[in-house]
Amino acid sequence: MTSTLRKEDDHLHSEYMQIAMGPSHPAMHGTVQMLLTLDGETVVDVDVRIGYLHRGFEKMSEVCTYNQVIPYTDRLNYVSPLCNNVGWALTIEKALGIKPPERCDYIRMIVCEMSRMSDHLTSIGAGSLELGGFTPFLYAVQAREEVWEVIEEVTGARLTTSYTRVGGVTADLPENFGERWVHAKHEVERLIVDIDKLLTRNRIFYDRMAGVGVISAEDAVDYGFTGPALRSTGVDYDVRTYAPYLFYDRVEFDVPVGKHGDNYDRYLVRLEEIRQSIRIIDQCLEQMQPGPVRIDDWSVILPPKDAVYNTIEGMIAHFKLIMEGVKVPAGEVYGYVEGGNGEVGYYVVSDGSGSFNVSDAPPSTRST
Amino acid sequence: MSHKVVEAILDRFPDAVVSTHALHGDDTVVLRREYLLEVCRFLKDDPEMDFKMPIDVCGVDYLGRTPRFEVVYHLFSVTKRQRVRLKVQLDESDLEVPSVISVWKGVDWFEREAWDMYGVRFAGHPDLRRILMYEEFEGHPLRKDYPQRGYQPLMPMPTLPTEV
Repeated sequence: MTSTLRKEDDHLHSEYMQIAMGPSHPAMHGTVQMLLTLDGETVVDVDVRIGYLHRGFEKMSEVCTYNQVIPYTDRLNYVSPLCNNVGWALTIEKALGIKPPERCDYIRMIVCEMSRMSDHLTSIGAGSLELGGFTPFLYAVQAREEVWEVIEEVTGARLTTSYTRVGGVTADLPENFGERWVHAKHEVERLIVDIDKLLTRNRIFYDRMAGVGVISAEDAVDYGFTGPALRSTGVDYDVRTYAPYLFYDRVEFDVPVGKHGDNYDRYLVRLEEIRQSIRIIDQCLEQMQPGPVRIDDWSVILPPKDAVYNTIEGMIAHFKLIMEGVKVPAGEVYGYVEGGNGEVGYYVVSDGSGSFNVSDAPPSTRST
Repeated sequence: MSHKVVEAILDRFPDAVVSTHALHGDDTVVLRREYLLEVCRFLKDDPEMDFKMPIDVCGVDYLGRTPRFEVVYHLFSVTKRQRVRLKVQLDESDLEVPSVISVWKGVDWFEREAWDMYGVRFAGHPDLRRILMYEEFEGHPLRKDYPQRGYQPLMPMPTLPTEV
């Protein structure tokens, strides 16, 4: 950290100002401390202390079974928990070498995209709020609420969804899902148009966003940026197109990229991605067929309750899965998906029993 | 496709490689520590490799095995759409690897995290401080011999008086 006078300002006797922002500050969403060095309103240097929200996810996971980790993955990013749930399930399924039924994969895509919408709506809304734009924030929150209501009907929770299981999802979509989605979609589309009209060509918003927080494509890659932050610089890396998982190769969607790598482009990328998510969900609903939503293997997924209560085999399978968990062969595996803010990766080392070492590569350590 | 990455490393640095595997399709190269920086530079700068993006650096504690620790690097090439995992095995008595921060700027916090969680020293890292735990914290919490509930509160826990 430097605190020296700039030569050209010598006659002003100005010097850098150091401010400790946080760990609890009204303008920050989450507990984090930033030690800022300021030159007027410009941030010259910053030392970020991120440990206040450290929960020891990896340490807790050491003594959990693979399915018990899923609630922890909700909390890696509470506005797009479903992407994290799906990422975890896919990683363990990769290690086991199993593939859930088609309908399950479509459902996972649908919930992932709904989660992405809620994440982007939060980012856009909160970003606008920081600049004093309270109305777009309310519109974004209203749109997010529409999405969350549908998510709640599917998973039983708005934020802490814990919806996936190794080998499937907890439950099929509710019967009236189609109607609920159409209603939510129209609301979101209507509100996005409003947000778009209020912000995109708003002079004040533009001046505060364009040219601010600029990063070059080269630097962004070197720092390991992924997701909308990377795409705003013009690099089109998106896990969904580069390494399609689930059925992302069966649906058509565009990956919006920016040009300047500034806040304004990041906003535009996020806004467009919401529209693309809607497109993806519509195609999934068209393509998906009725069918099972979990694999038919009692060593991985819990047997139906009927079998547990009435057959000895079901009872034993249930007991073993609850007590011992899924048995993943010894070895290491890295699984990754496109989360709300970029690549969410899990590096899991299994010793062959139920316990393991896990390291998670969240987008936010790299690209916030 | 990315088998060619493993082959290129084997080809160019035959002495550097301890072993390779491709479990679950993830190409992995276990390297000798002395060659780490050299291999990383090659992977980043060679136009056929082009691993410009560091995805993750982390430690792993294989308690009971010798060597006990591993440092694992996940790399990604946007242009070639390929991935590779590098590993360096470390003994408990000599827990140090060269920092690759001169190759990728993005590994800064990952290396700090591995230092914080496992006590791996990254030689040449300009600012190797704890990142998640606080400075007063003793030990490295993700080591397998660190207790699950090894709380180290900065403030003493409030206790009720036992006698009135």
